[in-house]
Amino acid sequence: MQDRIVGQVKRVNGPVITVKGITDAMMMEMVRIGEQRLIGELVKLAGDEAILQVYEDATGIAPGDNVYGSGMPLSVELGPGLIGTIYDGIQRPLETLQKLGGVFINRGQNSPALDRKRTWVFEPCVTEGDTVSVGSTLGTVAENDNIIHKIMVPPVFTGHGDVEAKVVSIVPAGTYTVEDVVAVLALSDGSTEKVGMMQRWPIRVPRPVAERKPLVQPLITGQRVIDMLFPLAKGGTVAIPGGFGTGKTMTQHSIARWCDADIIVYIGCGERGNEMTDVLREFPNLVDPRTGRSLMERTILIANTSNMPVSAREASIYTGITMAEYYRDQGFHVAIMADSTSRWAEALRELSGRMEEMPAEEGFPAYLPTRIAEFYERAGFMKTLGGSEGSVSVIGAVSPPGGDFSEPVTQHTKRFVRCFWGLDRALASARHYPAISWLDSYSEYVGEVAPWWNDHSGGKWVEERQSIMELLQKEVRLQQIVKLVGPDALPDSQNFILAVCNLFKTAFLQQNAFDEIDRYCSIGKQIRMLQIILRYWDLGSAAISKGVPMAKITRLKVVQDITKMRFTVPNDDLDALDKLELQLERSMSQLGGLYDGQ
Amino acid sequence: MMDNNTLLAQTDRRLLAGREYRGASRIDGPLVYMRNTHPVGYGELVEVIAPDGGHRSGQVLDTSDEVVVVQVFEGTSGLTLPGTAMHFMGEPLTLGVSEQMLGRVMNGLGQSRDGAAMPHADAERDVNGSPVNPTAREYPRDFIQTGVSVIDCMTTLIQGQKLPIFSGNGLPHNQLAAQIVRQAKVRGGAGDFAIVFAAMGVKYDVARYFIDSFEQTGVLDNVAMFLSLADDPSIERTITPRTALTLAEHLAFDKGKQVLVIMTDMTNYCESLREISTLRGEIPSRKGYPGYLYSNLAELYERSGKIMGRSGSITQLPILTMPNDDIGHPIPDLTGYITEGQIVFERDMHGRGIYPPIACLPSLSRLMKDGIGEGMTRDDHPHLSNQLFASYSHVKDVRNLASVIGEEELTSLDHQYLEFGDFFEKKFVNQAFEEDRSIEQTLDLGWAALSHLPPEELQRLTDEEIEAHYDKG
Repeated sequence: MQDRIVGQVKRVNGPVITVKGITDAMMMEMVRIGEQRLIGELVKLAGDEAILQVYEDATGIAPGDNVYGSGMPLSVELGPGLIGTIYDGIQRPLETLQKLGGVFINRGQNSPALDRKRTWVFEPCVTEGDTVSVGSTLGTVAENDNIIHKIMVPPVFTGHGDVEAKVVSIVPAGTYTVEDVVAVLALSDGSTEKVGMMQRWPIRVPRPVAERKPLVQPLITGQRVIDMLFPLAKGGTVAIPGGFGTGKTMTQHSIARWCDADIIVYIGCGERGNEMTDVLREFPNLVDPRTGRSLMERTILIANTSNMPVSAREASIYTGITMAEYYRDQGFHVAIMADSTSRWAEALRELSGRMEEMPAEEGFPAYLPTRIAEFYERAGFMKTLGGSEGSVSVIGAVSPPGGDFSEPVTQHTKRFVRCFWGLDRALASARHYPAISWLDSYSEYVGEVAPWWNDHSGGKWVEERQSIMELLQKEVRLQQIVKLVGPDALPDSQNFILAVCNLFKTAFLQQNAFDEIDRYCSIGKQIRMLQIILRYWDLGSAAISKGVPMAKITRLKVVQDITKMRFTVPNDDLDALDKLELQLERSMSQLGGLYDGQ
Repeated sequence: MMDNNTLLAQTDRRLLAGREYRGASRIDGPLVYMRNTHPVGYGELVEVIAPDGGHRSGQVLDTSDEVVVVQVFEGTSGLTLPGTAMHFMGEPLTLGVSEQMLGRVMNGLGQSRDGAAMPHADAERDVNGSPVNPTAREYPRDFIQTGVSVIDCMTTLIQGQKLPIFSGNGLPHNQLAAQIVRQAKVRGGAGDFAIVFAAMGVKYDVARYFIDSFEQTGVLDNVAMFLSLADDPSIERTITPRTALTLAEHLAFDKGKQVLVIMTDMTNYCESLREISTLRGEIPSRKGYPGYLYSNLAELYERSGKIMGRSGSITQLPILTMPNDDIGHPIPDLTGYITEGQIVFERDMHGRGIYPPIACLPSLSRLMKDGIGEGMTRDDHPHLSNQLFASYSHVKDVRNLASVIGEEELTSLDHQYLEFGDFFEKKFVNQAFEEDRSIEQTLDLGWAALSHLPPEELQRLTDEEIEAHYDKG
């Protein structure tokens, strides 16, 4: 297969190669270049010339080197064995590469994404004579204790015009490798197709679904500022922009750890090597609060660090989202983290520049917004071809140069996502983490997930959220006055707004990702915490209107306890929060009593 | 499974490597264009022979059937079109690495600069290196005590970290780097250490300052210096950090040494990249810098860290001067996105006589979370540094308020914050160039600063920590 020569190298300019003498190469075909068989992709055809991007370091490639066609577009392998593995941007298994070639990634090295020798226990769920269609489940494989992997009918009908096929034979339950044939299907024209546990899918083509469903379930992240103020829906899209050091990666890591998705695909796209190592070393030791199993048992990692070839960085986010779609088709809720989409956009810019295309804004190619839109549109809550429901939620970090949100990648991303968690440098400097600004951020999903939240919180979520948002808005205006005249000039009733907002920021919005208790906050605890703070606001304002000085209220011992409740109250101990509220009511009424007689 | 043609082409190239071509078709800045060559590989090493017979080195930047573009590291002055000859060596630019290079002074290409012959090489290494497989990395978590309070407590340096100093012209970044070299130690283990120093486009006095300082500390024999000074061709600077890091990798991962790499000044390196990019007519991105500046810098900065099963480490301390003190300039900006934190200098603090003039709030160490606390520094360290950051950031707000309404109008709590701020800057941050504080002294000083505030304000500390360390007197 690899001996089909499609052309010869004419010019090498970094990762972009011009090829002459093109015979039968097709657009987006995966090719191999030169003696070392470096992996590349054909991105442009013109006459008998073509342009390739190489996914490895191009050093040593010379004019005249042969280019070999593979006959298929750049694809990923899908099947059992993806979970818990770390891949590079073109789905080479990094752990296997290390075993083969040592600690440095050498050029031309290759290994299949799915282990060909490993066996899996396959349980059939169709019998001979059954009618199946694309996406139907043929059988299941327990990929680990949590993930029951469905082996689905791949799209083998292309070219036959059929929608259904008959099962001619199916293997009995037993152990098989991913290459073994597990079923044979008969098509209407009399031909048969052999189906194994592994299928291939081109990374740039979205996998088909039956229909898109409305987004009504929130993706619970365990991060209070997100879940309560700016919720993300399952199947939704969100951008996290922030300058360096504002905590994009930390926020992504926290969500990857604690969110209630079934599967996490974490793409380190052009970021630091040590960050991926951190995830790789830490996740196996962390426990998923919902299943009690190791977090690595639901995670796929893609590491294309900043020093790895730039064109593979461009491919990495497609590789990731294709794997996410594959698990969605089995009926899982998948969350995908892309850190960072700016590096991906820069890879596009670099390749575009080398192809001498006409640049648009800041050197980015004119098709940047199209590509961003295509990527985010692959998210959604879907009814799958197999009839189940699954979702892909996309959480994309954006790294705007100089922290300036007006640059092209942030601006175009904002057009295509419906939720925006803007990170604020001033908050990060004060070590207020997560540094999600409550003024710049928004979520268009609030209305859609409100019924779900109201069902889970005694019906008041929308109202309570609105009250605290209003207080935060009032605080901004008051802060402007304070900046001019000092806090003493305000009456106690207004100063109390500042005090409550301050408490809300330290006791609720801040969350310590390294604290055993605080790093994850259950929805029950979040709701009660917000209610206690609002109760403090109500009782406090009432007391102030009765003439109680504000200083007396803020110095109550119970206020200190409220400030520290995020650390002191375990997630499942809601009684402790009830007690705290009772204590607050008691302290306030005692204090009010002193002023009643006067 | 190679067909005959391919085999022939490969053999041809091997035979043709080293063949001499005479007569360039165009010379533009550091770039030489050569026509009618055999197929030359991308990135190949080129030996250039000047009309006067002198040898220079170069690298292939672009290769095609018609023309090969070579960048000449020593510059092109003195070359003529007909008189220039070239050998394409058929292999990438390599550096012969050896432990004996410690104690030596070399140029940006690793050739002798001190007159003595270069030692015999243990191995030839491609200067571009290869990316480390993320699965093979070991997550760095060993605390390095620099003896500088503000670094040790607030932006802790970890062995294997890349932590740049964002400075400005005229600020004492060289002193701080020298002080760190002199005082840095890993607690509980000495280890075999080495220093690799790469100077790009800095003045001779700066290089001299470092040499003198290494000499006084008595570490000169453990230092390999790669100097590409301000009067050397600017193109040489693009290869200098690569050469230096190639040696550092050899020392750390083959010889098991703890290597500290100091690279100064990264701004000059980036300027050289821009120069070449412009000459080649590439499409620029921000401020004329090439679109690949991020990837290019990452290729340098990512060559640090630790590898599982190897005892050595590479800690990078790059120094860059922010043009016009602007942290949003592409060079510091892209650097900050790659490195594991940054130490930011502030001119205002320098003006007030505070050394080191480190602005705490924008400074950051991403790796400190796993390298501090019980068993590594002290149990109260994480919360203490967190509290200092939070309180100091409030000081800035209070100062702004005071400048509007006047200090007299402030509340008594705000006055306490001002006192805390003064103590923090003058006693905690400020220290002498010779002063080497232990981590315990540093943390106690931090508590002394916080004791200017009432304990209720210390919301990031636990009651037990306040009980144990807060100075009630």
